[in-house]
Amino acid sequence: MSAEQTLDEQSAAVPAPGDVLLEVNGLTKHFPVMGGFPFKRQVGAVQAVDGVSFDVREGESLGLVGESGCGKSTTGRLLTRLLEPTGGTVKYRGQDITHANRKQLAPIRSEIQMIFQDPYSSLNPRHTVGTIISGPMEINNINPPGGREARVRELLEIVGLNPEHYNRFPHEFSGGQRQRIGVARALALNPKLIIADEPVSALDVSIQAQVVNLLQGLQRELGIAFVFIAHDLSIVRHFSQRVAVMYLGKVVEIADRDSLYNKPRHPYTHALLSAAPDADPDTAANERIRLTGDVPSPLNPPSGCRFRTRCWKAQEKCATEEPPLIQLGGNVDGHLTACHFPEDGVAPGAKPADTIPAARLAKD
Amino acid sequence: MLRFLIRRALGALVIIVLLIALTYFAFFSLPTDPARLACSKGCTPELLAQIRTNMHLNLPIYQQFWNYFSGLFVGQDFGTAGHCAAPCFGYSYNTQSFVWDRIVANYPATFVLAIGGAAIFLTVGVGLGMIAAWKQGKLADKAATAIGLVGQSTQIYFLGPLAMALFVVNLHWLPQPAYIPWTQDPWGCFTGMILPWTVMSVIFWSNYSRQVRSLMLEQLSEDHIRAARAKGMSNTYVWWRYALRGAMAPIITIFGLDLGAVFSGAIITEVTFGVHGLGYLAVIAVNQADLYLELGVLIFSSVSILLFNIIVDAAYGLLDPRVRIG
Amino acid sequence: MSTLTKSESIPAPEAGHAFLSVRDLQVRFRTEDGIVKAVNNLSFDLEQGKTLGIVGESGSGKSVSNLAVMGLHNPKNTTIEGSITLDGQDLLKASQKDLEKLRGNKMSMIFQDALAALSPYYTIGRQIAEPFMKHTGASKKEGRDRAIEMLRRVGIPQPQTRVDDFPHQFSGGMRQRAMIAMALVCDPQMLIADEPTTALDVTVQAQIIDLLKDLQQESGTSIIFITHDLGVIREIADDVLVMYAGRAVERGTMREVLKSSQHPYGWGLLSSIPRINASVDVPLMPIPGTPPSLLNPPSGCAFHPRCTYRELVVGDKCVTERPPLELANGHLSACHLTPAQKQSILTEQILPRLSS
Repeated sequence: MSAEQTLDEQSAAVPAPGDVLLEVNGLTKHFPVMGGFPFKRQVGAVQAVDGVSFDVREGESLGLVGESGCGKSTTGRLLTRLLEPTGGTVKYRGQDITHANRKQLAPIRSEIQMIFQDPYSSLNPRHTVGTIISGPMEINNINPPGGREARVRELLEIVGLNPEHYNRFPHEFSGGQRQRIGVARALALNPKLIIADEPVSALDVSIQAQVVNLLQGLQRELGIAFVFIAHDLSIVRHFSQRVAVMYLGKVVEIADRDSLYNKPRHPYTHALLSAAPDADPDTAANERIRLTGDVPSPLNPPSGCRFRTRCWKAQEKCATEEPPLIQLGGNVDGHLTACHFPEDGVAPGAKPADTIPAARLAKD
Repeated sequence: MLRFLIRRALGALVIIVLLIALTYFAFFSLPTDPARLACSKGCTPELLAQIRTNMHLNLPIYQQFWNYFSGLFVGQDFGTAGHCAAPCFGYSYNTQSFVWDRIVANYPATFVLAIGGAAIFLTVGVGLGMIAAWKQGKLADKAATAIGLVGQSTQIYFLGPLAMALFVVNLHWLPQPAYIPWTQDPWGCFTGMILPWTVMSVIFWSNYSRQVRSLMLEQLSEDHIRAARAKGMSNTYVWWRYALRGAMAPIITIFGLDLGAVFSGAIITEVTFGVHGLGYLAVIAVNQADLYLELGVLIFSSVSILLFNIIVDAAYGLLDPRVRIG
Repeated sequence: MSTLTKSESIPAPEAGHAFLSVRDLQVRFRTEDGIVKAVNNLSFDLEQGKTLGIVGESGSGKSVSNLAVMGLHNPKNTTIEGSITLDGQDLLKASQKDLEKLRGNKMSMIFQDALAALSPYYTIGRQIAEPFMKHTGASKKEGRDRAIEMLRRVGIPQPQTRVDDFPHQFSGGMRQRAMIAMALVCDPQMLIADEPTTALDVTVQAQIIDLLKDLQQESGTSIIFITHDLGVIREIADDVLVMYAGRAVERGTMREVLKSSQHPYGWGLLSSIPRINASVDVPLMPIPGTPPSLLNPPSGCAFHPRCTYRELVVGDKCVTERPPLELANGHLSACHLTPAQKQSILTEQILPRLSS
């Protein structure tokens, strides 16, 4: 299958929202920090993910964007239960899997799969492609009609690799091809949901588009829902119907993509959008909101609104009161923003806008 | 850093106590009668009974252990054998002396052997490794590797007598190896120890040269080496200040562990050269089944190894700013 | 305006015009698998105060050619031919000692991964002061003062205390600033920036690009900026050199390359990145296949196995004959398509897709 073949029918297939597949409520992950004297004890916690809520519907793609350390990858690992949540709930098809044990998870494991960022370290170098892809079937004791090998060959074909490569080893493939192997492995059990953690950021530019198109084709043809984790706003926009922006372990804004990219309300979303470089010399992206400094430590996040230390609109209220994630007036349904002093909802490129004085840059 | 050291020291203390208990019970649960072992030739039932009383062997085992353990700190009475002052490691019947006194008498030899040997194996091993890395792939690299390999595959009890036959018996360059306290005769101490030092160091070389070689090559391929050269630093400067600096921390780690080993007595070297150190003492103790002596040497060596472990940790913190712990 | 030449086709511009002038550069590595032809026939100029962006994928030779400019290749397994002239001095003929005097002084370099490029064992201040002390003969005290001044210039808060910190105590963005401070401590006339923002988040990337632009304005430094990100190129470059498989395939001003590319590889790059304001219904057009191995590069045009426009060229010229870098529709490109063909593909197929 090639992604291009299916592109024409896309607009018809995508928007119809299915039932809620994954329901995430107040998801929290705190990593303990040990210290103290003379005996070690927990002295703090890295608040990697702190009260994140969202839904993923059948067949849709939800994008998670944010800077490094915002908790997007941890969220992905919590959804697949590679990490044990500290709090909140994750429901899959109505079933609470937050703390489900191995046995309870077994039937669900095959339906939720993961694709990793690094195509080099996520494939066992000592296993053949055939073994890697049939691994999930073996573990879950699934025997597809026609045998596992036939299924693997079929999967290789679906992801655009030569089925004859069944007996090759990962090192014989390029980065893009390895990522395809990872995709084939994720597809082996006919998943309903794939968590893709930065699936293209380790690839060369010309290869990124190949993998994005492959995933997009899968989403449409097989109706697989995606949680698409990435730091590249353009790719997330291209791939995901809905997008959640994360900052320091919290979702600060979530909306369908048109609303989010055209009418962003959270200052952080604004800043992110305006910082994303665009290759077209004619777009009016010259207006720039310059965030100063770096993301604060999740070990000791700012009180109230976590973005306030870098926000040019911050006032006293932001330090004392955490803004709830709510639908602001003027926003379409499902566009939620967590901000006390939201922007007026004009895309950063579209207006000459309040540029931040250069002095801010030096202040850090 | 200080907090870390204190925590480590506390941890080590717990380990030492456990270690003493474990060793003690292991030794005294052996199906032998320590009193009979201690009571050598010409043993009479009366003598045996007296030894038994002196060694407190009539008491239940946990009480014996308590006596031994508390004796380490406050001393212990051994009946007719007299009072053993703290730190009391027990009484060696075979030699009619207190264990601690024996250890104190033999330790200087081990200490001098360890210092000299360690100095030689560190310099030679690191030197060989540096040459090998500098001349990577060239003849010097292969030669350095070969020298290291020879060292690794040889044995002290083979090399030792050979060296003695050559330098002492045939060439008369050196006196018969022996430990002479350096306070008495520094030059005699040096000439007496130079063979043991060198021969002992041989088995350590190859490990160091191999480690240093690969660490240096690894360091030299790192980005910060390229960045340092990109800012105009000369090759030699980069080599010494950047690459060697990075290779040092892991080397210090193995060095510290090896120090722990040699400071607790190099048994084969000491026996081969007749240096009367801690290792030599251990061999005597085992030969004569002198339980208290064995126990004493064992505990002393273990403490010495633990001590060097802590020193290594501290040194690592000083060498690598990334692991400086509060 | 700087020009790029291929010696056979276009005469070199008069010497002394450009600050850096690279001619027919060839870099070869000896490896266990054979000889890697990392850079071939590369020529370009860099003018004082300008920024040249070099675009390419991994293995395109963009980093290798610049390490050759700095003289940082291991001479044991590398052969470099051609000429690299910096301010009238031939760097390939210069002694190791002369190069050391130039590096960090007249020309300097910053790297992608600042954490790896700074030694973990020395303080930031010491590492910044080191080249200053070496090149100017300054004392330790002067070196430290200069390091504080540089940290302030690159926007590090509390430079007096941060100067004694170790690299791991800095955040990612600050480390990058510190590395820039280290590279600029001797006010170099040329700075080579090798993907300095690739590992950074977009907000920090924007800060670093602004910083480099500000510093360039202040001091008139020439910059070579290596990246694979066309968006970054648009932000910072005056001129752009596109490299593929160790060769220059296109060269022009930033606007020429991004708005009217004349090479199928350039078109491929432009069509394969999603635009933040383009219609999401327009699919990405990836470049098929994978970048070639430089151990055994394809014959003729190295891009021909991945090129969708190959059939348009008469005969099998793309396979048999390497296209020279020639002027076509205003700037230089290396492709056998006729200028008319290029222009019509650009206006009829490429531009509509980009602007939709």
